[in-house]
Amino acid sequence: MNTIEVRGLRKTYGQHEAVRGLDLHVAPGEVFALLGPNGAGKSTTVEILEGHRRRDDGRVSVLGEDPGRATRAWRARIGVVLQNTHDAGELTVAESVRHFARLYPNPRDPAEVVELVGLTGKSRSRADSLSGGQRRRLDVALGIVGRPELLFLDEPTTGFDPEARRRFWSLIRTLAAEGTTILLTTHYLDEAEELADRVAVIANGEVVAEGTPASLGGRATAEATVRWVDERGPQLRRTPNPTALVAELGAHGELTELTVTRPSLEDTYLDLIGARA
Amino acid sequence: MTTTEARPLPGTLALGLARGGAELRQFFRAKEAVLFTFALPALLMALLGSVFGDEIPGTDVTTSQMFAASMIGAGIISTSFLTLGVGIAQDREDGTLKRLHGTPLPAASYFIGKLVLVAVASAAEVVLMLAVAVPLFDVRLPTDASRWLTFAWVFVLGVISCSLLGIAASSLARSARSAPAVLNLPYVALQFVSGVFILPISSLPSWMVTTGSLFPLKWVSQGFRSVFLPDTLALQEAAGSWEHGRIALVLLAWCVAGLALCAVTFRWTDRRAG
Repeated sequence: MNTIEVRGLRKTYGQHEAVRGLDLHVAPGEVFALLGPNGAGKSTTVEILEGHRRRDDGRVSVLGEDPGRATRAWRARIGVVLQNTHDAGELTVAESVRHFARLYPNPRDPAEVVELVGLTGKSRSRADSLSGGQRRRLDVALGIVGRPELLFLDEPTTGFDPEARRRFWSLIRTLAAEGTTILLTTHYLDEAEELADRVAVIANGEVVAEGTPASLGGRATAEATVRWVDERGPQLRRTPNPTALVAELGAHGELTELTVTRPSLEDTYLDLIGARA
Repeated sequence: MTTTEARPLPGTLALGLARGGAELRQFFRAKEAVLFTFALPALLMALLGSVFGDEIPGTDVTTSQMFAASMIGAGIISTSFLTLGVGIAQDREDGTLKRLHGTPLPAASYFIGKLVLVAVASAAEVVLMLAVAVPLFDVRLPTDASRWLTFAWVFVLGVISCSLLGIAASSLARSARSAPAVLNLPYVALQFVSGVFILPISSLPSWMVTTGSLFPLKWVSQGFRSVFLPDTLALQEAAGSWEHGRIALVLLAWCVAGLALCAVTFRWTDRRAG
């Protein structure tokens, strides 16, 4: 059985149809990334899956239950890492993690969780004295201390510096390796490419493409672009067989600035959401 | 996972007490909250009490003694109504409620935690205010058990009714930043019409007394006057007596009304968001 199964999900706010007939499935142990522009219906969808918001229509099953009728036992099996929280600033890292551990029937060891997110050196610091990246790692610590089978991560690395993002990614890989199913929403396509087994792109409340990061939107089979510079100036040719073209070009001697590129995930994504000029 | 299902969820009361511990730590570490809701009533008592020095004619009690007894009532309303009204508006805005809603914490445990916070903060408020009132204004601590019993039930009913009203009022504020202003307006206005700032209450215009009598503050302050002042002072009350039965009745009615208002208005998240 899939960890998450969504069929024909709909949600309307007043006149605005935020989610219109969305389908989705996430298998156990998968890292699944939801991509989409602001206002595409990502957050609404995730909040419905987390049991924070009611749906208007559609079938939703998360860990075999309907999140619209969430029980305490069900909530004990999920972990939620929200965005834009700045709560409990007066508590220290260790106090917060210990407190949240008490809410679950079978928590991880709080000190181990603090270690896992790399905050051991800060465990006696108050949350409001942490940097943005450290604060985010505390959020993750609170989301995983209950040993969730399914973890929701909502734009987890917004505002991180590149090094902090790398460290965060390795934490997510550790959790995935332990068998945690992860649903990630992100604006960063490199993040999805780096972490996700599968991605889905949402636009206007619907899934417009779904697949592995390498194959999304026909990326793997798309024409390659070959660029080089010769005596006539910069050259560009699109071809399904770049290897043959390069061999042919190479027969005439060394080429300056030769590159072969396929569409990046970002190119594909921008095409899919119709944002490319 | 079978390990999760095999272990029982922690109990509602145990979790409520754990929440209470976390709430108390946060409250007493937040300097603004402590100054604003905790120290301010005691400071007002010290300052205003020093202004009203005269004896009330025909008694051996000074206006400052009467004011001090009334102000203790205003103090516990600050630690219950304001603490919860402002605190829950903040919990809603800073993500506390949303985060807790994503965990197996029952709503009841969240409220038990708030109750623990209010009970401890209000008891500490009474101690602080008596520590000001006894040396500064010669307020005498009662020696007989019946007065302490009156103190206990007025305290409990006052704190519960005003806590419930605070929880309900937390939804009125549009943001955590506006909450202190929105909640202080009725609180300060009620102190004028409930016989706290202007004493004795029988000197107020009757429409003010009528308005004040609709809300808990007047009755809590009256109850505390009956604890800390000699019985001869009952003549200075609006009705000319301490009216213990009516105090209990009004406060109980507000407990019921407050509970109903909470059930109707309480939300885990701000509906306006997202």
